[in-house]
Amino acid sequence: MNEGIDEGLRSQLQQQGVWVTSMQELYNWGRKNSIWPLQFGLACCAIEMIATAASRYDIARFGGEVFRPSPRQADLMIVAGTVTKKMAPQIVRLYNQMADPKYVIAMGACAISGGPFKQGYNVLKGIDRYIPVDVFIPGCPPRPEALLHAFMELQRKIDEQKLSGANKAAHLDSEQPSEFPVPAFGKHDLEPPANPNVFRPPAIERA
Amino acid sequence: MEGLEQIKARVEAAVPGANIQIVQNASPSQQYSLRIDNEHARDIAKFLRDDPVLRLDFCSNVTGVDWLDRTLKKTVKVKKVVDGEEKEVDEATEEKIPGFLEAVYHLYSMTHKHGPVIIRMQAADRAENACLPSLTPVWRSAEFQEREIFDLYGVRFDGHPDLRRILMWDEFEDHPMRKDYREPDDYEYEPTPHDDVLAKAKEHYASRPQSDGAEGIVEGLKQV
Repeated sequence: MNEGIDEGLRSQLQQQGVWVTSMQELYNWGRKNSIWPLQFGLACCAIEMIATAASRYDIARFGGEVFRPSPRQADLMIVAGTVTKKMAPQIVRLYNQMADPKYVIAMGACAISGGPFKQGYNVLKGIDRYIPVDVFIPGCPPRPEALLHAFMELQRKIDEQKLSGANKAAHLDSEQPSEFPVPAFGKHDLEPPANPNVFRPPAIERA
Repeated sequence: MEGLEQIKARVEAAVPGANIQIVQNASPSQQYSLRIDNEHARDIAKFLRDDPVLRLDFCSNVTGVDWLDRTLKKTVKVKKVVDGEEKEVDEATEEKIPGFLEAVYHLYSMTHKHGPVIIRMQAADRAENACLPSLTPVWRSAEFQEREIFDLYGVRFDGHPDLRRILMWDEFEDHPMRKDYREPDDYEYEPTPHDDVLAKAKEHYASRPQSDGAEGIVEGLKQV
């Protein structure tokens, strides 16, 4: 974490009441404990998301209680529920309107793959076809503990982000896109059916 | 509640020219229905709603049905002269029934607490512009469900106040609930395919040439 300071010295100073830290650590610590989710739900997973935010599970313990009704003020998009093909362009548009740095949790079987509706004609087979997803949670619906686990996993991910260097975080890299093309309503399906820059399905190995 | 025969007789008396058939239902539910003709449909519907004895003031459900072209095979015993003798011979007949689209309405009475009375309307065919008269002016609750049938089956309801797609987007051209609908082929990957999904998955597997050395032997056997 602290590349510039000896760990032993740091610990010694801490015992004396002097806290030495790095800009990166401070920055990530601040961001990971104040993740504001976007307030929207798509199906039954949203009920579990609401339960997670309410007193029994209390996502406020992790700094995620401030659900914002505007994408301009949100850091995290929790895709909670079935994404129909009719709804998918609006989800991508909301994601594009969020300010960087932004993160996505795909919550539940539908959001990650289409779930029980995968073979249907009207359900998107996973939101990762159009926007990059940071954490996937399986479940139908996932329990609030699972969402909290995903939230903590995201915090861990944020904590490890670099502010500079070759592996710096995507939102600090001007070459990385922060907006993704919104799919159009086609005659038979969404056009395109997936964004090839975001979505790369595993190759089929059977013959 | 009156029986269907009685309802049919009273409707035919009240609406001159109405053509009503009782459609049998062989399933365990034994729910018979009335097929009404499209020309007098709205008058018949108004009668069913306003008649003081029936008062079918609540249309709970409107459904579409897609009937494909089918052939009805029957064996009929026919008397024929075979070898100078008159014999009964089984003769197979085929009747071709062209496909059509249908709308089914389930009616109840809130006033008299009875129902359902089921009425059906049959479109001429299952073409792109198969038409039926809308019953939304009679039962307001049919509005969204007729839009749904328009969206998913492609039945046009004449006289509907706001006939647009309700579930799919406006640019969409197919009718997904029709039996010959083919969904877009967006297969990508399935870790454990089975049944229909397996059949679909197999279409997408790249054919791998057999390269275990046995091809030569198989070829040799074929030549012998």
